[in-house]
Amino acid sequence: HPRPPQLGHFRFRFNKPKNKSGSRGGNGGADGAEAKEEVKMEKSEAEAAFPPTFNVSEIKNKQRRHSMFVKYKQEKSKLKIQLKKKKKKERKALGDKAPPKEVPKTIENQRVYDETTVDPEDEEIAFDEGTDEFSAYFNGLTNPKVLITTSDRPRGRTVKFCEQLATVIPDAHVYYRRGLALKRIIPQCLARNFTYLMVINEDRKMPNGLVLCHLPDGPTAHFKISNVRLRKEMKRRGKDPTEHFPEVILNNFTTRLGHSIGRQFAALFPQDPQFVGRQVATFHNQRDFVFFRFHRYIFKNEKKVGIQELGPRFTLKLRSLQKGTFDSKFGEYEWVLKRHEMDACRRKFQL
Amino acid sequence: MQHDDVIWDIIGNQQFCSFKVKTRSQGFCRNEYNITGLCNRSSCPLANSQYATIREEKGQCFLYMKVIERAAFPAKMWEKVKLSKNYEKSLEMIDESLIYWPRFLRHKCKQRFTKITQYLIRMRKLVLKRRRKLVPLSRKVERREKRKEEKALIAAQLDNAIEKELLERLKQGTYGDIYNFPVHAFDKALEQQDEDSEEEEGEEEEEEEEDDEDVGKREFVAEDEVEESDLSDFEEMNKLRTSSDEEEEQDEESSSEEEEETKASGSKGKCPANGSARKKKRSYVEIEYEMEPAPKSTATS
Repeated sequence: HPRPPQLGHFRFRFNKPKNKSGSRGGNGGADGAEAKEEVKMEKSEAEAAFPPTFNVSEIKNKQRRHSMFVKYKQEKSKLKIQLKKKKKKERKALGDKAPPKEVPKTIENQRVYDETTVDPEDEEIAFDEGTDEFSAYFNGLTNPKVLITTSDRPRGRTVKFCEQLATVIPDAHVYYRRGLALKRIIPQCLARNFTYLMVINEDRKMPNGLVLCHLPDGPTAHFKISNVRLRKEMKRRGKDPTEHFPEVILNNFTTRLGHSIGRQFAALFPQDPQFVGRQVATFHNQRDFVFFRFHRYIFKNEKKVGIQELGPRFTLKLRSLQKGTFDSKFGEYEWVLKRHEMDACRRKFQL
Repeated sequence: MQHDDVIWDIIGNQQFCSFKVKTRSQGFCRNEYNITGLCNRSSCPLANSQYATIREEKGQCFLYMKVIERAAFPAKMWEKVKLSKNYEKSLEMIDESLIYWPRFLRHKCKQRFTKITQYLIRMRKLVLKRRRKLVPLSRKVERREKRKEEKALIAAQLDNAIEKELLERLKQGTYGDIYNFPVHAFDKALEQQDEDSEEEEGEEEEEEEEDDEDVGKREFVAEDEVEESDLSDFEEMNKLRTSSDEEEEQDEESSSEEEEETKASGSKGKCPANGSARKKKRSYVEIEYEMEPAPKSTATS
């Protein structure tokens, strides 16, 4: 009887009775027996070759199947390494004439083209931005004044988060909510010349939502906050931020929607950053997540800059954008996050 | 015949009562006509032929009374009296209806009525206040989002992006005079210029052009060559400042935002105009050349 090559003691033992019984229906039938036969034959012939129609998953014996699979994987990886080496050698041999390195596909590369992507020279958009709610700010007429508040009965973490936000944003005031309705707060804010209302919603002692409302009749954006890190929890952080106006960096806001959100963020900070302070607030959009960071930078020389993170960090995800001020019942929604839309295509993003 | 004691004996003490709920310390009665809610001899509606309760339906309170005379007619056993909405008047009504009744029942009825009115008031107040809206989260979706966020964070390479952006801004000259890097190079070049002759006037523009063209390009240079590149940058910053001063003053912030948005599209537009003409001179970027004409330009400006 053909003996399988040494895979282990067990296999031999299992094999023998099956052989003797021939085609025993109960044990996976002819298929299993055949497969084993094939395997045995193959093994006795050549270690590496398998018949083309044979699939490792057809082996009924778990241990053997597992070991066969492991072998298969090892061989695959060996092949891969060999291929890589060969390519590298070829590349070296060709030297200058080598074809350019292939760029790996990333989600950003493969992003589905969004028709609302903003073209930098688009006149219509420039006109829109010249006349929208933020035009007053961008023309230097108004200075931002931000009111930060929370939902009812905030817990310690949210309170600390609000305080830290207030240090990051110049001219920000924190007020306790005390059970007031937002619709009543808004006229009071207008009376005191606030330009922005920020409401941090809390759930189970952690901040989880942000409503950013531009005050004189402006758009309201509702975000989901995640991954909040307070100053205490940051590693290697610097000292507390000073009172200087920070610079603002807005990255990757490409579509129309992204543009309007970007402008909203920009309008939180005063127009004239004080470079002496060397502080920078960054809103970086990646795959529809907006990452907020606050750093202090220093230019070591022309080509190197060192940054040190101060300040809180958090991630935002846009849930809805409303045209007027906050009004959940009768508001006109410009954009609402629809779950299914986002999940349908992995390479499609809104911001 | 009503045998209250017998009934109580059976259901209260020995055998089973389906309304009774026993806890470690006390027993409760789930009968909806029970006045106190506890399982007691005096509170049990089954074991008392003369009984009274207050019950509330849709904001209206009613006084229910049971007497032994109607014990034979289960359908008509409970007499229902609607109480007024006025608290004091209702109390008087209760007193009036239960006038010769045992003190216990009268007292407990009034107590129960008070409690009920209190919670009705609270309900009405709460409706007017803002309520927290609880939105259900889907666990699967939340898990997916979390993972997506992690991956996005890795893909974002935030530190690199921020550093790149800051360096771009430095190159563009948004920081103006604050940073002194080129100055050292300028001094050095000034010294050298005093020594050297002034031959290469013709190549001056080209050199300047080259310097400008190098602005956007990142070259990895060795340590000692840094000054030259500094010098070139200083030159172009000088030029840029004079030429694009108006631009910068106009809308500083909007331009900086446009910078971000046009980062993807690439150049800010200041260099390419010159870059095309100077491409052919790239090969001439040598250390010696750059140093000579630079001070000249600054001297003249």
